[in-house]
Amino acid sequence: MKKIFALMMTAVLALSVLTGCGSKEEAGSVTTDGSTSMEKVIGALGESFQNETGISFTYNPTGSGSGIKAVQEGRCDIGLSSRDLKAEEKETGLGATVLAYDGIAIIVNPENPVSDLSLETIAKIYTGEIVNWSDVGGNDSEIVLIGREAGSGTRDGFESITDTEDICQYRQELTSTGDVITTVSQNPAAIGYASVASVKDSVKALTVDGVAATEETIKDGSYVVQRPFVLVTKTDGELSDAAFKFFTYITSADANEIISAAGVVPAN
Amino acid sequence: MRKNQFIEKVIHGIFLLLGLITVGCVLLITVYLVISGIPAIREIGLIDFLFGKEWASTAEEPKYGILPFILTSIYGTAGAIVIGVPIGFMTAVYLSKLASPKVKSTMQSAVSLLAGIPSVVYGLVGMLILVPGIRKLFSVPDGASLLAAIIVLAIMILPSIIKMSITALDAVPKEYEDASLALGATPVETYFRVSVPAAKSGIAAAVVLGVGRAIGEAMAVMMVAGNAANMPNSIFQSVRFLTTAVSSEISYSGGLQRQALFSIALVLFLFIMLINAALNFFLKREKE
Repeated sequence: MKKIFALMMTAVLALSVLTGCGSKEEAGSVTTDGSTSMEKVIGALGESFQNETGISFTYNPTGSGSGIKAVQEGRCDIGLSSRDLKAEEKETGLGATVLAYDGIAIIVNPENPVSDLSLETIAKIYTGEIVNWSDVGGNDSEIVLIGREAGSGTRDGFESITDTEDICQYRQELTSTGDVITTVSQNPAAIGYASVASVKDSVKALTVDGVAATEETIKDGSYVVQRPFVLVTKTDGELSDAAFKFFTYITSADANEIISAAGVVPAN
Repeated sequence: MRKNQFIEKVIHGIFLLLGLITVGCVLLITVYLVISGIPAIREIGLIDFLFGKEWASTAEEPKYGILPFILTSIYGTAGAIVIGVPIGFMTAVYLSKLASPKVKSTMQSAVSLLAGIPSVVYGLVGMLILVPGIRKLFSVPDGASLLAAIIVLAIMILPSIIKMSITALDAVPKEYEDASLALGATPVETYFRVSVPAAKSGIAAAVVLGVGRAIGEAMAVMMVAGNAANMPNSIFQSVRFLTTAVSSEISYSGGLQRQALFSIALVLFLFIMLINAALNFFLKREKE
């Protein structure tokens, strides 16, 4: 997906060179820094913002923690965090605005009788504490854990939400959402995760603590396998003109289409 | 006359230039790989890198041990050779010596077709048929395993082995075989006692070529091997090859992780250089 996106960006850039700068040039630039999981959504927003206003946009994929620090130290205009700010971070004069919610669906084979798991059980399954479907009300067969490769935003999201960082006992690590869905649809004992937007009918999305993953349940927080994509700004300092324009643009309803296209649920 | 000589020289120059492009590419890739592969090895330590049993590149405390990948690549390739070479070799003997011209031409075009199938297609068919098949046949929880990768690789190396062996067997002088037959040996005795020994370095080269193809394959094995960075202790285990270790993580990687991936590529490159050297050795011997 990322490659396709990069190709598209390249194509857009190449085209904009060909058309000879149709958009009016304006001074100023916006710098963002932070979460690598937000690369796709912020990249798409930045690209369209740049095309519309001519203000240059940069994004530095460093990770949520570094992004928050960069705002504190004034090294960037807007920090990107794929988790809520901690209380002590808020105390240092940082404000958080939720841009979007990243919902992760837990998927199983349609033949699997299990249709609901709690977040705690999911974590236990992925860490290898529960190894048989019969322990969670399913058939007597070993659970096959399907995950994503190291560095994937979905994996990072899933592991941080379930608190299973670096301890998941994956049976297969696949490199795309499509591969995860295909593999789960092929194996009755498999369980996997994928971003909610990309789940197809060939697999069954589980309800988590009794709540199904839909745009509404993700937005109101009742579906728990989700995390916010947060824009971090200083509460005392004012944003530069360009950064303010960007902030307004991406939090406006106009940006929702781009945000949805990036596979996450817009918050505004 | 002078004009002709001039044209000759110009054309000679053009050919030289075209040849240099190839050499240039090889040099560029080699130099680039060495330059980008060395820093991570230096930082991690050669011993820890090559013999570390754990790979966890994005963990809090990253571990960069590629022994599981090296062993998987070796086992996977060896397995593919064990299955693929007997089949390929026998096919070659049959096609070169026994088959009627009609059968020979039909089967040879089938072999050529097999060589032309893109590796992603092998991977896809493996993922949709072989992996569920292994799961059901051996009643294991999941079929994506070293075994699946070995079978896919064995099929993929068949065309190189068959074609190369046929060439070697066809090149055995007919007089050798005639002499053997005249001495009273049966045709099959002749093929195995005379033709095959006479073609043995060509057949060895075919095997080495198969090894090279198997160790360098990424796409097909990525789709059937499961890609978990386990030590290959069982053929039903999910494993990661050297090639897939690089390709599965490179798109999101950064920092030391990315450098380590280049180092893996460098290790793979050295493996392939070794194999090429072996191939050249056998080919040279065949000529002599």
